[in-house]
Amino acid sequence: MKQTRKFLLGGAAMGLALGLGAGALQAKDLTIGMVVTLSGPPAALGKQIVDGFTLALDQKGGMLGGEKVNLIVQDDELKPDVARQKAEELVKRDHADFVVGTVFSNMLQAIFKPVVTSKTFLISPNAGPSTFAGKNCNPFFFATSYQNDQNAQVAGMIANQEGFNNTFLMVPNYQAGRDNVAGFKRTYKGKITGEAFTPLGHKDFSPQLAQIATSNSDSLFTFMPGGMGVALVKQFTAAGLKDKVKFLSVFTTDETTLPAQKDDALGDLSAGNWAPDAKTPASEAFVAAFEKKYGYIPGGYAMQAYDTAMLIDSAVAKVKGNLSDKKAVQKALEAADFTSLRGGFKFNNNHYPVQNFYLLKVAKNAKDQYHTSIVREVVKDYGDDFHQQCKMKM
Amino acid sequence: MSLTLLLIQCLNGLQYGMMLFLIAAGLTLVFGVMGFINLAHGVQYMVGAYLAFAFLHLTGNFWLAALLSMLTALVFGLLLEHFIFRHLYGRDHLDQVLATFGIIIFLNELAKVIFGPATLSLPVPELLSGSIPLTPELRYPVYRLATIGAGVLVAGLLYLAVGHTRVGMLIRAGATTPQMVAALGVNIRRLFTMVFGVGAMLAGFAGVIAAPIFAIEPGMGDNILIVAFVVIIIGGIGSIRGAFLAALMVGLIDTLGRSLATLATGLILPPSMSDQVGPALASMLIYILMAGILVFRPQGLLPAKGAA
Amino acid sequence: MVRDRAPIVAGTIFALLMVAPFGLGLIGQGYLTGLLMRAMLLAIAALALDLLVGQGGMVSFGHSAFVGLGAYALAIGLQAGIESLLLLTLIALAVSGLFALITGVLALRTSGVYFLMITLAFGQMTYFTLTSLAAYGGDDGLTLWSMATLLGTDVAQNAGQIYFVILVVMVAVWWLMHCISQSRFGRVLRGARDNPERAEVMGFSVFRYRLTAYVIAGMIAGLAGVLTAQQNEFVSPALATWQHSGDLLVILVIGGLGSRNGAILGAFFVVIVQDLLGAVMPEWRLIYGPLLVLVVLFAKGGLNRLLGPAQTGSVA
Repeated sequence: MKQTRKFLLGGAAMGLALGLGAGALQAKDLTIGMVVTLSGPPAALGKQIVDGFTLALDQKGGMLGGEKVNLIVQDDELKPDVARQKAEELVKRDHADFVVGTVFSNMLQAIFKPVVTSKTFLISPNAGPSTFAGKNCNPFFFATSYQNDQNAQVAGMIANQEGFNNTFLMVPNYQAGRDNVAGFKRTYKGKITGEAFTPLGHKDFSPQLAQIATSNSDSLFTFMPGGMGVALVKQFTAAGLKDKVKFLSVFTTDETTLPAQKDDALGDLSAGNWAPDAKTPASEAFVAAFEKKYGYIPGGYAMQAYDTAMLIDSAVAKVKGNLSDKKAVQKALEAADFTSLRGGFKFNNNHYPVQNFYLLKVAKNAKDQYHTSIVREVVKDYGDDFHQQCKMKM
Repeated sequence: MSLTLLLIQCLNGLQYGMMLFLIAAGLTLVFGVMGFINLAHGVQYMVGAYLAFAFLHLTGNFWLAALLSMLTALVFGLLLEHFIFRHLYGRDHLDQVLATFGIIIFLNELAKVIFGPATLSLPVPELLSGSIPLTPELRYPVYRLATIGAGVLVAGLLYLAVGHTRVGMLIRAGATTPQMVAALGVNIRRLFTMVFGVGAMLAGFAGVIAAPIFAIEPGMGDNILIVAFVVIIIGGIGSIRGAFLAALMVGLIDTLGRSLATLATGLILPPSMSDQVGPALASMLIYILMAGILVFRPQGLLPAKGAA
Repeated sequence: MVRDRAPIVAGTIFALLMVAPFGLGLIGQGYLTGLLMRAMLLAIAALALDLLVGQGGMVSFGHSAFVGLGAYALAIGLQAGIESLLLLTLIALAVSGLFALITGVLALRTSGVYFLMITLAFGQMTYFTLTSLAAYGGDDGLTLWSMATLLGTDVAQNAGQIYFVILVVMVAVWWLMHCISQSRFGRVLRGARDNPERAEVMGFSVFRYRLTAYVIAGMIAGLAGVLTAQQNEFVSPALATWQHSGDLLVILVIGGLGSRNGAILGAFFVVIVQDLLGAVMPEWRLIYGPLLVLVVLFAKGGLNRLLGPAQTGSVA
């Protein structure tokens, strides 16, 4: 009796798995697989990417480059082994023509090899680790976002321009955090008054804030994505530091965290490749359409995902839907023949972007919504430091 | 490091310790009295924070929201106890772990579905929003001082309740010899429910307090649960005094460790290495402390059993 | 003794896994082998954990530390230019065995939930150490560009037949656990679990038996780590988190403790159910969480109990 029940369950499960697989197999359209984080708090970032990409797809009537798109979204759960397996499913089961992912660098590391060795194009709408920018650059990998160190390097330039002489550095103790510190130091000319590495996910910054207060710093450079950023900005203001120490950051006061940071973040500075008030017609139309559809202001994540869709659109159109000639597709992607929401956009020899970076400031609009706002251009057509080590071969 | 900075770090450590104590107190009672491992205790802390957020939006008053959140957290805890946990008291510890783990998964996802994945926050209540100057350049937020006060208050109340009331006596007796208490005709079920309710309310209270300073997000209780377990193990299971002592130790060592570790490793290692070793070591300190204590005192510092 | 159906059940599973890649390939579902490999890798680590939890009554909450150590031993060895999988495996076994020996001596001074927490402490120390290895990618982990070779061939690689290598290792580990549980060593271990004083009085050094079991379990988890790294072509500290240790315990409890097959059934249940639910709805955890509660409330003894009588009892 119990055994029968067990077998029935097993049978049903098997049938379900096969049914799903077979359904995906029949689709002969342009298949795009997406691997992003949709579990836990970072899901807010993954959601922006899905929304941004979907918006582009909707505006194009469900077609990219004249081909009907079958979009399959997978959640990497922020676990490397899950990410790898999902990527393999996309490549082997769904025969994806493009894989779009990921949010985080460590997830990109996990899916990189299985995707590119199967000669499937991998396009990152956010993560841009140095690992694949230098000698491990790959003809099948493109990043439409930035190289991780770039934003911090630009922040260093901003600190110089703004006349900061005594800067305190604080980042979470993990790879991206350390990369940001290294990036900032590469361009910053002033004195570093102290460095603090906090545990990843830790949200009580009072010890560090006390350290900052006594360190005679005129500015703080930090990288605290997500909930850490929310906690830090609030505690920074509560500790009475806001008037004395300038708050300069990357990925800390963005459109995913501002709804929670509110007034505490007003006026805070950051470095970025775009802001929702960018004055290009494409960008203005995008922000309006995005807000109308999803009810919140898009951040850089959504913008980059939208650009990724447009990049694929341009490349597929260029090869007239013939995706079997990988060399031609690569050339078409490299051309980046689309109007980026950022304005100027082209790929470097390592398939990472060359783009402008801006000084951003947190502002409040007429509807009492918080967003980042472009103050001025800091650097034009900025490429990363690793591209010379890249010998792209195919 | 200056003396004032050290003082501030001690205050911070104290505040973190109080927060841990509020969570650990319920955990250690439930564990000690009922022998029940409740992993879902951390998620009740999260529930408290989300309730505070929801009630603040409904009522617009922090204090009213805090009160409503605590009551709801209590009711929620009792419901969980009634429908699920009650059936697990006599079971293997691992069964309890699995079932309460399932509840964590469910509630974390539910919070995400209802409130969205993005981080939420609460404003600090007006009354406690200022900061006090300690030295000309150093200020300390009033709200944090208030949390320390709240922690001490709860600790005092619990100490009185457990040490000097009939129910408290039963709880202590229950923690040492549960069979004996039941044999004496005490309604152990009711005692359990009561202990459980208080534990759930304290965890919810900690969540309410945490909401204005930390970020509210799904899964916010998971890591603090592990640290709360470290606290009750160091303190000795079932012992409120032990939990208080251990919470302060963990809070202070963790906080001071973070600001001192890199300095300390910098004395013996080159800077590039100490930047990596220091923070890693700081994260490990409380685990090293726990392992060290367990090696020498395998039952924790102030075990409840046998030494009531 | 009750008739032991475990070998029959296990044999059936192994035979199915043997033909699975061919069958799945025929119906164009070859990608599913990836799912099966993930389940088998978890099963190997869980089989080792069952020696501690099921047989020995030692609930370890830091078992993933050994998986992480094994994986990093392979990754670091590869970076140092060692290519032989056998040699790398020996190194990984030595590293994880040594770590088990040192931490075991300390951890076994405690028991019960205190043992659980002290093993968690060692696990966390391992995790934080791995995250601080900036030369090997820190938190981001490390992509393995070249893979280890088995006797100079690519048999144990994704390009080759790593599926069958993992299967063979899983069967071998199952067999080892089967032999241990039938041996005098296994009986002493269970005896010490149920009544340590009696075992001591009978002249057995409970500590030594437990330490031996702890070292064996650590080494096998290290082996699971080696294979995980080889299959993922990637290592990261995530392998050593407490959440991963928790997953292994969940697998054991769902499958059934102290029964060898439980570890395998549990691993396949968890991996397949999560994948199926995830395919149906993004909020699959709303179903998965209560499912775990239901398993505890209504399927006492785990899945293994549904397939036959209990073999060796569960933890006290």
